[in-house]
Amino acid sequence: MAGTLQFDLVSPERRLASFAATEVQVPGTDGDMTAMEGHAPTITTLRPGILRAHGPSGVQAYAVTGGFAEINATSISVLAEKAVAVEELTGTVLDEFIAEARELASVALPEDRDMAERTLNDMLALKASSGH
Amino acid sequence: MPSLKDLKNRIGSVKNTRKITKAMQMVAAAKLRRAQEAAEAARPFAERMTAVMTGLAGSVGSSETAPRLLAGTGSDKVHLLVVMTAERGLCGGFNSSIVRLARAHAAKLLTQGKTVKILTVGKKGREQLRRDLGQHFIGHVDLSEVKRMGYPVAQGIARDLLDRFDKGEFDVATIFFARFQSVISQVPTAQQVIPAVFEGEGEVSSLYDYEPSEEGVLADLLPRGVATQIFTALLENGASEQGARMSAMDNATRNAGDMINRLTIEYNRSRQAAITKELIEIISGAEAL
Repeated sequence: MAGTLQFDLVSPERRLASFAATEVQVPGTDGDMTAMEGHAPTITTLRPGILRAHGPSGVQAYAVTGGFAEINATSISVLAEKAVAVEELTGTVLDEFIAEARELASVALPEDRDMAERTLNDMLALKASSGH
Repeated sequence: MPSLKDLKNRIGSVKNTRKITKAMQMVAAAKLRRAQEAAEAARPFAERMTAVMTGLAGSVGSSETAPRLLAGTGSDKVHLLVVMTAERGLCGGFNSSIVRLARAHAAKLLTQGKTVKILTVGKKGREQLRRDLGQHFIGHVDLSEVKRMGYPVAQGIARDLLDRFDKGEFDVATIFFARFQSVISQVPTAQQVIPAVFEGEGEVSSLYDYEPSEEGVLADLLPRGVATQIFTALLENGASEQGARMSAMDNATRNAGDMINRLTIEYNRSRQAAITKELIEIISGAEAL
């Protein structure tokens, strides 16, 4: 039995989840990573994607947009700008995300445009993979 | 000496006023509870955010490549004051105390020869500032359509602020709001959001690995930090407004009660006086016969 680490998922408006997880898969900006007990202390920014936490009651998945995750040996806190449990994720919610990302990309300054477009593409990928 | 009928009308009207203020107090109490819960729920996010940013700012802040949101533009000529007030009145000194703080701040900056720009959030502050500082207004955010204070509202304001900053419209931004302490005490507060200031020493940030890099994480976080600070301020303001309204309406209800008592005594007295007068008239009329 692998050890657990304390998993917290908070959005600006409320705390979405807090439980002991055996492993948490995080969609980092530079690629996905999995945090388990004893992970080296890391802070990473997030890209829009699916976050999976293996908890006592099975795998909980959340769709997150930007934010960051703070990982250390015993805990992981994910601060997501927006987070939605995958069960509640519908086509309309995704379309809202995409519309917002598209708007941001269109008004972004030249130096920020790459980033905004990448975010938009991540959103589109998220929608494609969720099958909505 | 007002007539009996006048007094009776007066008492009736004060009673109606008391009913209204009592109802407003109860509504404010219910809203206050919700506002407090919202502020409570937002706290973990804001706290973690600040902790991580403080740590990062400590290690990156002094370097040459520090982002402008942290290091500033290198000048402090143009100040933007974001004055957050309520959309409605009848909440005691809530709006005026925020406005007073902002006005004092603006006056101080103006005597130092700085340029002052004002962005108002909420109708009441705008109305109060228009007369003497109206020429400094550069924008207004209307919250009257907002049913529930959500993060997107704060994001909208933050985006507007960051856009203006990118265009070089100002060097320093300060937000004005009332921090909620208790139902009877709300403290008007000024908080500088751009360039970001962090109090105290951060926790040892070198403990962490950063992905993509310290600068990258910080650059990503700073704009979010602005939005988070504005969101916290909006929530604090919301709770403060309801708290202030609750105690203001509590006072008003009590005053109305006192007034009704006073008027009732006066009414009874003049009623008795009228009866006595009539009796004397009848008796002396009978005696004269």
